[in-house]
Amino acid sequence: MQTHLADFIEGTPEGREADTILRSCVHCGFCTATCPTYQLLGDELDGPRGRIYLIKQMLEGRPVSRLTQVHLDRCLSCRSCETTCPSGVNYHRLLDIGRGVVERCVPRPMAEKAMRFLLREALPRPWLFGAAVKLGRWMRPLLPPALADKVPATPGEGAGAWPKAAAHKRRMIVLAGCVQPALAPDTNAAAARVLDKLGIALFEAAGAGCCGALRYHLDAHERALADMRRLIDAWWPHVDSEQFGGIEAIVMTASGCGAHVRDFGALLGHDPVYAGKAARISALTRDISEVLDAEREGLAALLGEAGAGTGPEVSFHSPCTLQHGQKVRGVVESLLAVAGYRLSPVAGAHLCCGSAGTYSITQPALSTRLRDNKLAALGAGSPAVFATANVGCQTHLQSGTATPVRHWIELIDERLNG
Amino acid sequence: MSIDNEIGAPRCVVGRRQLIAQLRTVLPPHCLLIEEEELRPYECDGLTAYRQLPSLVALPENEAQAQAALEICAALNAPVVPRGAATGLSGGAMPHRDGVVVSLAKLKRIVKLDPLARTAVVQPGVRNLAVSEAAAPYGLYYAPDPSSQIACTIGGNVAENSGGVHCLKYGLTVHNVLRVRGLTVDGEIVEFGNAALDAPGYDLLALMNGSEGMLALITEVTVKLTPKPELAQVVLASFDEVTKAGDAVAGIIAAGIIPAGLEMMDKKATHAVEPYVNAGYDMDAEAILLCESDGTPEEVAEEIARMKAVLEHSGASGIRVSQNEAERLKFWAGRKAAFPAVGRITPDYLCMDGTIPRKNLARMLVAIAEMEVRYGLRCANVFHAGDGNLHPLIMYDANVPGQLDLATAFGAEILELSVELGGTITGEHGVGIEKIGQMCAQFSPDELDLFRRLKRAFDPGGLLNPGKAIPAAARCREYRLTRGAAPLAGSVR
Repeated sequence: MQTHLADFIEGTPEGREADTILRSCVHCGFCTATCPTYQLLGDELDGPRGRIYLIKQMLEGRPVSRLTQVHLDRCLSCRSCETTCPSGVNYHRLLDIGRGVVERCVPRPMAEKAMRFLLREALPRPWLFGAAVKLGRWMRPLLPPALADKVPATPGEGAGAWPKAAAHKRRMIVLAGCVQPALAPDTNAAAARVLDKLGIALFEAAGAGCCGALRYHLDAHERALADMRRLIDAWWPHVDSEQFGGIEAIVMTASGCGAHVRDFGALLGHDPVYAGKAARISALTRDISEVLDAEREGLAALLGEAGAGTGPEVSFHSPCTLQHGQKVRGVVESLLAVAGYRLSPVAGAHLCCGSAGTYSITQPALSTRLRDNKLAALGAGSPAVFATANVGCQTHLQSGTATPVRHWIELIDERLNG
Repeated sequence: MSIDNEIGAPRCVVGRRQLIAQLRTVLPPHCLLIEEEELRPYECDGLTAYRQLPSLVALPENEAQAQAALEICAALNAPVVPRGAATGLSGGAMPHRDGVVVSLAKLKRIVKLDPLARTAVVQPGVRNLAVSEAAAPYGLYYAPDPSSQIACTIGGNVAENSGGVHCLKYGLTVHNVLRVRGLTVDGEIVEFGNAALDAPGYDLLALMNGSEGMLALITEVTVKLTPKPELAQVVLASFDEVTKAGDAVAGIIAAGIIPAGLEMMDKKATHAVEPYVNAGYDMDAEAILLCESDGTPEEVAEEIARMKAVLEHSGASGIRVSQNEAERLKFWAGRKAAFPAVGRITPDYLCMDGTIPRKNLARMLVAIAEMEVRYGLRCANVFHAGDGNLHPLIMYDANVPGQLDLATAFGAEILELSVELGGTITGEHGVGIEKIGQMCAQFSPDELDLFRRLKRAFDPGGLLNPGKAIPAAARCREYRLTRGAAPLAGSVR
């Protein structure tokens, strides 16, 4: 597409990146077909091609207002369009740049500002968020429905035991994350138990905190970059260390974090101090499914009889951050099959469940429609359990169904250690 | 040349404020766009070289709203430009300066699917592929499959009479539609055709197919569904010369074979798609052919053997036959994604849509190669070779001054050569705004006048998609003057 970027951004690193992305789009419109919001709303402005146009005209210096902001806000950042795009348009980067510019140009209504401030400040702090969840559980009847739905009604079963620190030679770091310890405390413990059986020690590094995705997607880019640098500092001694003997991989059990950490190299690419480290961190990052996939033989041997294909029926929701963001497709499904689970087919498997980070709170109406569509698709074969790979999807889906929604690694853990 | 000079351009500019005020009474607030910031993304369809900011965009949610909106537009003399998914490549959905774009994207319900009658009643905003997906559990599908089938909608398919890779055997949209329901320019509900295969009276249903939104606004379509063949296999043949591939196409048709699809891509096209699709195309080949057979396993085996014999005889340097459904779809995936994938190797492209008699394929390819040198622009070639429908993709950079003009001239020369070789200027993408000039080369003044009278019979005020498809007499006089050529008439397919 033809572009004439305005002076305020032309020639800046962001401007150059945006220009390249804009020019790779040929406006074919294939992306609209798999965009969850376009499919719901049927307005060009609520699909990727229209949003690209909105961003383009803004970067070309045309007046921008709340009208553009509303449509960019409605994007889930699910990146389904990137999977569909034959021209290879790096949409999410353009959207991030566009949202950043809108944030600087267009003031938000007060209530929205307060909500986004709260999300930005509370969610990434595990101690604060953990306390808030406890309080929220207590105050549940008083909360607005959009929020009350997100607070698990009963406390989780609590983290199962981590394996005793074994003298495994193979070591991997796992990110604790910001909301996962409060909402799904057993996920990392289950991952550690599974890897322990495979001769790999999994540990959480002290001082890691939030990966920065939450703040980044609430358009607080500078604050997010600070989160990212802090995380790199917490991990670096383990990555680059004689003393610790180095680690094999940085494991993600929440695909939302994984997709973001894998972008560190690109996002900090212009940082003279952190660029190299960020690229290294991104290169070391693996989703837990990829780690297990590489150990498939060992896993099959351990499972033995359990893997005979007689297990319960399960339907898997692949988070957008896994299938579109990290382009890991079909791996979890095949691992569940190895562990003996029978997979229910899921229609519209490429579509987002509406969780999308803080989207379920900032866009409750759209989010609920997407959730209910997804739950209907997951439940079509009446499976006993729904599985997913990201804490956000897990909590969001659970808020609309009585069928248990679990991280798939727990299901593997049950077959191994149950 | 201004498009406002075309037939039916409104005589007086409508009062925009009045139009907004009245449309607000019939459309919900989120279904009427009025600010430039929201209108700009509607300024073009898949053909970005031609853009025009509309006056307004209306997004009716049902037929009643569309009807009310049309009545208001007609009463206020405002042009109406219908729009579906806007994947079109001829600018058919390009807005009018004083007009209202009426998007039918929100009308996306499959009203009824009757597996026994093998029909589906769908709203115009239903995606082409969604029809096949809904019909799949019954072993049926909707046959026309334009490359954009993932996104393009049935309403647009009817308006453009879309084809696709399988139309050689299964026909264009016109052969797969039983009934079209729509609104006339002043909001009257009309129906063309019916659930039966034939209808009394003149075949106005056929007229609706390819009418480019100039006769009525489509609000519902009944389509035919086709049983899925028991088996389909595709032969992927490589050639070290494009002319050999062109001759192979003529050879297959001459042998009496009607493949389910017969497609050709040249080296530039395969190199653009392979990194994205990993279809397994031969990267050394100058051209590849995809030749599909479908039917019972016995029919397919027999036909594939005959196809292979012709391809080998034509000098194919490599032949592979898809061994399973996944591989067949993979071979096709590269072809389906060819247009946008060319976007990976060039910032912009123009996709042409001429047709020529199959025997002239090789001649056309040689001529295009010569034009590439003369215009200094690259051109990737993707053809529905089986029906002689060419899709040369002329690559240019819109940010380089003058390149669009060069590309346009390049395209015009291809189309004019198509007519000269006994073909047409459009096979399936429609005329729109892109090929309106070449219509003057395709048809005689008398023929064009007949089209204009037909248009007036439906739309006396010329408010439905004005300035598209049928050139004004003045444009053709100017065209012939500047081209210094007499009309190349009488070559309608």
